[in-house]
Amino acid sequence: MSEALAKSISQSELTKLSLAQARDGLKSGSFSSVELTQAYIQAMDQTRELNGYILETPEIALEQAAASDQRLKEGKAGKMEGLPIGMKDLFCTEGICTTAGSNILGNFVPQYESTVSQNLANAGTVLLGKTNMDEFAMGSANITSAYGNVENPWIATDGKPLTPGGSSGGSTAVVAAGAAIAATGTDTGGSIRQPAAFAGVVGMKPTYGRCSRWGIVSFASSLDQAGPITRTVRDAAIMLECMAGHDPKDSTSAQKEVPNFEAALTGDIRGLKVGIPKEYRMDGMDPEIEKLWQQGADWLKSAGAEIVDVSLPHTKYSLPTYYVLAPAEASSNLARYDGVRYGLRVPGKNLDEMYANTRQQGFGEEVRRRIMIGTYVLSAGYYDAYYLKAQRVRNLIAQDFSKAFQDVDVLLTPTAPSAAFPLNEKPSDPVTMYLNDIFTVPASLAGLPGISVPTGLNAKGLPLGLQLIGPAFDENVVFRTAGVLEAAAQFQPLLAR
Amino acid sequence: MSLDLETVKRISFLARLKVDDAQLENVRDDLNNILGFIDQLNEVDTEGVEPMVGVGAQEMPMREDRVTDGGYVEKILANAPEKAANMFVVPKVVE
Repeated sequence: MSEALAKSISQSELTKLSLAQARDGLKSGSFSSVELTQAYIQAMDQTRELNGYILETPEIALEQAAASDQRLKEGKAGKMEGLPIGMKDLFCTEGICTTAGSNILGNFVPQYESTVSQNLANAGTVLLGKTNMDEFAMGSANITSAYGNVENPWIATDGKPLTPGGSSGGSTAVVAAGAAIAATGTDTGGSIRQPAAFAGVVGMKPTYGRCSRWGIVSFASSLDQAGPITRTVRDAAIMLECMAGHDPKDSTSAQKEVPNFEAALTGDIRGLKVGIPKEYRMDGMDPEIEKLWQQGADWLKSAGAEIVDVSLPHTKYSLPTYYVLAPAEASSNLARYDGVRYGLRVPGKNLDEMYANTRQQGFGEEVRRRIMIGTYVLSAGYYDAYYLKAQRVRNLIAQDFSKAFQDVDVLLTPTAPSAAFPLNEKPSDPVTMYLNDIFTVPASLAGLPGISVPTGLNAKGLPLGLQLIGPAFDENVVFRTAGVLEAAAQFQPLLAR
Repeated sequence: MSLDLETVKRISFLARLKVDDAQLENVRDDLNNILGFIDQLNEVDTEGVEPMVGVGAQEMPMREDRVTDGGYVEKILANAPEKAANMFVVPKVVE
């Protein structure tokens, strides 16, 4: 194991198994969930310097593992029975502190369980801990957390510590480092897909409405979606099936049956039409990423797909649209953090002062910035010019995709404009940081399913990912194509190097 | 669209955030930077285009008007910074 490649990873053999392999191993009795969980607890110990977890829950994990072993013995195993996962600290976990990466919720203990984490618990998962994240899911580098930066377990040949991406940076770091077999993330503008690309793991954002948002700390209600972060495409398919489903408590959750996503991995894409959106080829694009994108198209073509050039004309307006709508929704959603009912309270002479003191102190800089932008674009006199305008452009962006999907079945694009960048070289101005989301934001605005698959390394030895975007509720075609791409790429995960 | 310091103060008040006078200019510059980026949207012809509120079904799912939840005051107050007599306690509101 070359020291130049890995900052900090698990040393245990058991943790090298994928979710699917461990599922099968547990079922066949090759090892127990307690043994597997102990290996992961050890791995959390070995990788603690990455700061991937805000809160580790080893005692709870071992209790749950023992219960899983009992169910496995009795033949009552759920679809993810006994598998130790990380849970992004944006999901409310009953009785377990949930911070959203913020000081304003530093002491918040939810009195209820989010629907998605409950679904996973019902499937038999074991909770290793709450993973670190950008504060209120706002960020692309996991550098805005009140609980410290997360480090990517991958490091470049020059040895500098790198960002794992964000906002689900903790989740991707722990999965890549072998400190969880899988983890949950949320994706509003790319927060699952971009960090997955930076950390060389698979990250899937399903169609908006596929997973319930109930119990997930809200950032932007028309954009937020929960999704799996895993080592392989098969793992993501298994996990998404467990996470997804209609929830009457979330009126935006879709009344759609959840298919057996694993069954979509047929390996057969003959005749599939793969669209290459020309507007995603940007001026000054990193030539290594452009080359990988072409390579991806070639792999799919060799597997029998037809490569088709398509146009998504409003692509370049996706980022400004997002940076009107997401902060606007956030300014509304974060209005609840006022020190009255939960979380931090900083005293004031009167109620208004208490609100202002609490929020100024409790929220970090990026969150305050976005709340201000959001407040401005929604304010009287500016609502039409900004918010309504952005909603109209959003409509055009969604229409671009609908039109493209009349001609093709799935789209292939890069996931991120660069590989993981050094932690101490982060862009000093927020807008440059926002450009990290350039390839992921459009699918979020249109509510479409998107997956990032690690497919290659750049010259510095860092992972690069490719993204596949499908039509609404057709995660099947996304998984099917991703499986073929993954098989062609033969990407070696960090744990195997 | 360029913000002046007065507008920054007004937005802070609307957002119930407290910006120090010393920080006002930095915050203004920050926001102007982002607003400059957002101004690109004016290039798009959106004549006759409906605003898209959200993705998916636009009809609100309905349910029976029955009480199906509640009755757990302790849970609601569990995280309260200050509570008394089954209520949240806050500083008095000065009229």
